[in-house]
Formats: sequence, C-alpha cells, structure tokens
Amino acid sequence: MADLFDFGMLARIQFAFTISFHILFPSFTIGLASWLAVLEWRWLKTGDPTYVEVYRMWVKIFAVTFGMGVVSGVVMSFQFGTNWSVFSDRTGNIIGPLLGYEVITAFFLEASFLGVMLFGWNRVGPRLHFAATVIVAVGTLISAFWILSANSWMQTPQGFEIGADGRFYPTDWLAVIFSPSFPYRLIHMVVAAYLTTAFVVAGIGAYYLYRGRHLPQARVMLGMAMIMAVFVAPAQLLFGDMHGLNTFEHQPAKVAAMEGLWETRQGAPLKLFGWPDQEAETTRWSIEIPKLSSLILTHDLNGEVRGLKEWPRDELPPVALVFWTFRIMVGLGMLMILTGVMAAILYWRKRLFDSRLFQLWCMALTPAGFVAVLAGWFVTEVGRQPWIVQGVMRTADALSPVGAGPIGITLAAFIVTYLFIFGAGTFYILHLIAEGPEAEEATYGDHGLETPTVLGASSTAKGGGYV
Amino acid sequence: MFDFSSLIDLPLIWYLLILTAVLLYVVLDGFDLGLGILFPLAPTDQCRDRMMNSVAPFWDGNETWLVLGGGGLLAAFPLAYAILMPALYLPVILMLLGLIFRGVAFEFRFKAQRSRPIWDWSFHLGSLTAAFMQGMIVGALIQGVTVVERGFAGGPMDWATPFTFTTGVGLVFGYALLGATWTVMKTEGETQAWARRGAVWLLGLAGVSLAAVTIAIPAGHSQIGQMWDSRPGVYLLAAVPAVAFLLLVVAWMDLRAGREARPFLLVIGFFVAGYLALGLTLWPWIVPYAVTFRQAAAAGPSQSLLLVGTLILLPVILGYTAFSYYLFRGKASHAHEGAY
Repeated sequence: MADLFDFGMLARIQFAFTISFHILFPSFTIGLASWLAVLEWRWLKTGDPTYVEVYRMWVKIFAVTFGMGVVSGVVMSFQFGTNWSVFSDRTGNIIGPLLGYEVITAFFLEASFLGVMLFGWNRVGPRLHFAATVIVAVGTLISAFWILSANSWMQTPQGFEIGADGRFYPTDWLAVIFSPSFPYRLIHMVVAAYLTTAFVVAGIGAYYLYRGRHLPQARVMLGMAMIMAVFVAPAQLLFGDMHGLNTFEHQPAKVAAMEGLWETRQGAPLKLFGWPDQEAETTRWSIEIPKLSSLILTHDLNGEVRGLKEWPRDELPPVALVFWTFRIMVGLGMLMILTGVMAAILYWRKRLFDSRLFQLWCMALTPAGFVAVLAGWFVTEVGRQPWIVQGVMRTADALSPVGAGPIGITLAAFIVTYLFIFGAGTFYILHLIAEGPEAEEATYGDHGLETPTVLGASSTAKGGGYV
Repeated sequence: MFDFSSLIDLPLIWYLLILTAVLLYVVLDGFDLGLGILFPLAPTDQCRDRMMNSVAPFWDGNETWLVLGGGGLLAAFPLAYAILMPALYLPVILMLLGLIFRGVAFEFRFKAQRSRPIWDWSFHLGSLTAAFMQGMIVGALIQGVTVVERGFAGGPMDWATPFTFTTGVGLVFGYALLGATWTVMKTEGETQAWARRGAVWLLGLAGVSLAAVTIAIPAGHSQIGQMWDSRPGVYLLAAVPAVAFLLLVVAWMDLRAGREARPFLLVIGFFVAGYLALGLTLWPWIVPYAVTFRQAAAAGPSQSLLLVGTLILLPVILGYTAFSYYLFRGKASHAHEGAY
C-alpha cells in the first residue's frame, strides 16, 4: 500500500478521473445529436408537431450536457502535457497531428453550429437550422474518429520507428491512423454512444408513460429508443465480439485478463464469475462453462488460449479490475438485448406503450449505457497496462516531472469541482425532464421576458415538406 | 511519406500559426472573459442577461482557439508542450478550473431559478481566475523556464512572482476593457451607458498595466531575446507600444464621442500591438530562454500532415466563424433568444 499513493499513482488517478468524467458527456451527446437530427428531419418531413416538441425538450438537455462536455474536454487537451509530458514529448510526432485534426475538423464545427442550433431559430430558415443540427451531429462523429484513432494507435501501434533519441517517428500515416484495432473500436464506441442515448431516452419516455404525462411525445421517445434496442443492441454484441477477436490477436494478455485465465490451455473454459488473485496467479471460486472461451476466441472447441502466466509478472495488468469491468459491460449489454426482445414481443402484442412493468424496467436501465461505456473503457485502458503504448512504452516512463503535492491538490480540486458541476448539471437536467416537452417557454429561462420568444412564427408555422 | 521540410520552413510556419491561434484566442475569448470580469459590477440583472446573451452563441467557438493552441502545440512543438505544461502545472489547471466554472454558467444560469446568484458568481470568479492565470502564464514565460535536458527542472511555484502578479492583473484589466467595449457595441440604453463609463476607466488601467510591464521587461530580464540587443529591434520594440498607446487614446476619444463599434476594434488593435511586442521580445524562444521553436519542432512528416489540413480548413473555420458573428449581429436582447 505504501506506493499506492506515490505521485505516479496520483497522476494516473487524476487522469482516470478527468477522462472518465469527460467520456460520460460525449457518450451521450454523440447519440443525442444524431437523434435530434432525425427528429428534426421527421418534423420537416411530416409536419407533425410532436417531433419538434420532443426536439425542443431534448435540445435543452443536449445544451447542458454539451456544455459540460466542452469544459471537461478542454481540460483533456492540457492533461496530456500536465500529467504525461514524457509521453507527449516522445509520441508527439504521432499523437499530436491526430489530436490537431480533431480540433480543426470537429471542434470548431461543433462549437460554431451549436450556436446556430441553439439560438438560431428566429434567424435562419428551417432548412439551414436542420443543416446546423446535422453538422453538429457529424462533428461529434468526426471527433470520435480522431480521438479513437489516437487511442487505437496506443493499443495497437504501427507505422512508426523509434529514433536514436527514443522518440517515435511516423513512417506511414495510413498505418498510424488506421491501426489494427481502430475500425473495431470506432464502431464499438459509436454504437455504444447510440445505445447510451437510446436507453436514457427510453427511460424518460417510460417515466412519462408511467406517470400518464406527455403521452404522444413519450411514445415517440420510447418507440424510437426501442428501435435501437431491437436492432442495434444485438448488433453491438457482434461488434463487441469482433473487437474482442481483434484484441485476442493483438493484445492477448488483455484478453487473458478479461477471461481470468492463467494457464495456457486448449479447450479453455469460459469463467462466468470468479475472483482473480494476482499474487497466487489463479482465479478463485470460478464458475466455468467448459470449452466456451476457446470456442468464442478461436471458433474451435479445442483451440489454444494463452494464459496470463505466459507473460512476465511485470507485464500484466491488474487482472481483477479488467475481469470484473468486462463482466459489468457484457452483463449490461445482455440486459439491453433482453430489453429489445421484450420490446419486440410487447410491440407484437400491441402493448409496448402500456406495460407498467416494462416502463419500470426501462426506467431502471436509464443509466445502463453510461455504466457500460465506463466499464468498457476500464477494460481496454486498464487491460493495456503496464503499457501506455502497447509493448513499446511503459506508463511509468511517461510521467511528468511534477511533485505529488501539486498533483494531490489539483486532484482534490478536480473532484470537488466536477462533483459540484455534475451535481448541478444533473439537477437542471432532472428539472428539464420534470417540466417535460410541453412546457411553456415562459417558464424556462424566464428572466424578464414580456413575450416568450418561443419558436418564432416563421418556424412554428412551417414544418412539413421541407426535406 | 510526404515531408515538406525541404521545400518550406515548416517550424517557422507552425510557429506563426500557433502564435496566430493564441492571438485569436486572446482577442475572442478575451472579450467574453472580460464580460465575466465585469459581471458583478453591472447595474441590473437585466444588464447581466443582455451581456450573457451577447456572447452565448460564440463562447464555445472562442474557447476552441485555446484547444487549438494546446493541441497545435502538442502536434507542432511537442517538446515545448512537454516542458511548459509541467512548468505551468498549477496556473494551467487553475485556469482550466476557472474555465469550467464560467463555461457551465452559460447554460446553468438560464436554467436556474433561485440559484441564479451562484452561477453569476461562478461566471464572474471563473472568468477572473482564468484571465488572471493566463496573465501569470504570460509573465512566467517572459521570466523564463528552468530546463534540464528535455524536461522542466524548476520548482512548482516558479511561476508565482511579483512580476507575474503584475502581468496577471494587467491581463485582467485588458480583458475587462475588451469586454466593456464589446458591451458598448452589442447593447444599448442603460447597459451601454454603464459599459461606456467603465471602458473609459479601464482604458487608463490597461494603459498603465502595459506601461508597467513594458518597463519591467528590459529592466528585470537581462537575457531577453535578441531583439533588445539589436538597434532596429529596440526601435521596433519602442514603436509598437507607442502605437498601442495611440490606439488607446483614439478609443478614449471615440468613447467620449459616443461611437459604438470602433472602440472595440481599436482595443483589439491595442491587443494585437501588445502581442506583437511580446512576440518580438520572446523571439525565437518557444520555451524562454531554453528551447527555440526550431529545437522544439516536431518531425517534418508530422508538421507536414497537419499543415495540409490546416491550410485547407483554417479559411473554412474563419469563414463559418464570421458567418456566426454575422448571423447574431446587432444588439443583444435580455430575452433568452431563440429560446430553443
């Protein structure tokens, strides 16, 4: 325990805290932006005001969430240097341009058109407003592209050589940008973000149905969310499986930790539960399904799966953390698929919007996506340890020359700030949910408004036949 | 692998690009940080609403220039990024925390009912902290950074000195001046009259701050950049602050004459001039006085790759940023515009 709180550990805890906090917001806004674009398109297409009412409610939530995502994201662009300066110096040639492209292709786009999306109702026509929404949605996806490209390169590095000065030099940009794990990670994460949004929307829609409020809008919310649960949740299982197979090929130690498998063996069992003991190099009290791990990973009942003992002890991640966060992620994914199945059955029996039990179920799963995304990132980031760049550079060698004092103090400041801000943001979002989609604008942001500047006449009167 | 380093002077181009991004940040976020600094002094809540609404569509884009400054530094000069972030650890993180408190206030303030004063103060103190820390960071750069081999080797509090305190206060006044003249341009009536009175005071305070820093730099720092040693350099360095003061005088006359837009533009000119003087002073250091921009430059292929995208996209970004300012032109109302 003595070295648990040395400055390296503090720097890691601080980074883990700031980045975990940050990822919650993109996970939600990536999906929400795309969904808002679909809603606005449906409104312009059909002229059905229900869609724009739902849009107007959720765009407020989007604004609050996006704001928190921006401010916590600005922090990230400096944390690479404040906490990992040696990493920045040595890999800057590779990581730098990828992050630079994220700023110039995505951040400016999102920031500028968000202004139009939020405040431009009365200043631009419906088509241009719709374009702004689509641009913001596309911006979030471009952002995901670059940041996941950078992360994937750290997981499966290629396209570089190491100079005499110990720094990384690019030799093939396409290889750097499209490293082997990148396509799988990108799809897995974007789909995860869509599902996160879908389950939040489903939870709120179910809450309104349960309370008998805002019924037409609630049906749009729950109905559209369940389309995602029915079709996309099972697809995510497939994408996750493909991602896992890619990890098995390139980062086998991570997969061995996910499986809690210590001995290399043919016909490896799948451990459903257990307790990996790093000291004793065994997984205690495990409940196993024979040969299933080999079947999943090698598509052969007797395929060989390498165990953790194949690697030196100082090249292993903290196994229990990887093992358990993986199970949390998969477990929640299974619950999402189950939700889709239930929704399909209820829809077939024409009871999708009536089942109280199902409404409670959806409400309970509201935060499921966030927890699953965080758990998944813990699997892949902790599973890469002790490396910061897999197999090439150790996390311990990447630290900034900053003392434990400043890191400890700022860590405390970050925790206090984020809990306060996050608490307030959650409070206001809950308030917006309580107000619901039919809330009069006068009650929202009503600070001396004589006449509510709701949607101007130009935008409410229209709708229908625009796209 | 494409590499333009044999064709063009990549490190120089990137040095100028990063300096431009930081200048755009200073001017653009400067005025909305300035609004935050002046916030509690505004006469009424309605004035505060107007001020907030006048920047609500822009603040996010303005702050993105800071991200470009940070991200661009990592991409084009990773060694400088790797030395400066640890050297400026506490002021950078305090600045970021300040930016968090002020950034969320834009959304939270209009959602809040009884708790609005919390977000007024969050906006004010966050803006003040961010501005003051940025000023101290500028001062710390002028002071110089202790470097051994490829890393920062100084103490965690090297950045906190009477000199950096002066630059911190100076930048707070400067941003407040930008904010006040912006408010003159974007509001009318009571709010505008108040901002006009404040701007006149702030012109004086900003002028005195610039004078103090201009005198303190050559007096207190013997190993300053090459400019102070060369004859034309000294004249140039003397001329630029002189132009800056001239701009302030014209701005003062404009404010007295009731002009609305030109004082803001003149104060931007004042900032550009001051920034230019600073750039000439620190040339060619990127980590003063240890690492030049050439020594810190990323590999040729890395600078080349990002340059392609930047040359294509920077005009586009400037284009839609200008579009956004055009779209939200005119006087800000106190109503929550659009009220999405």
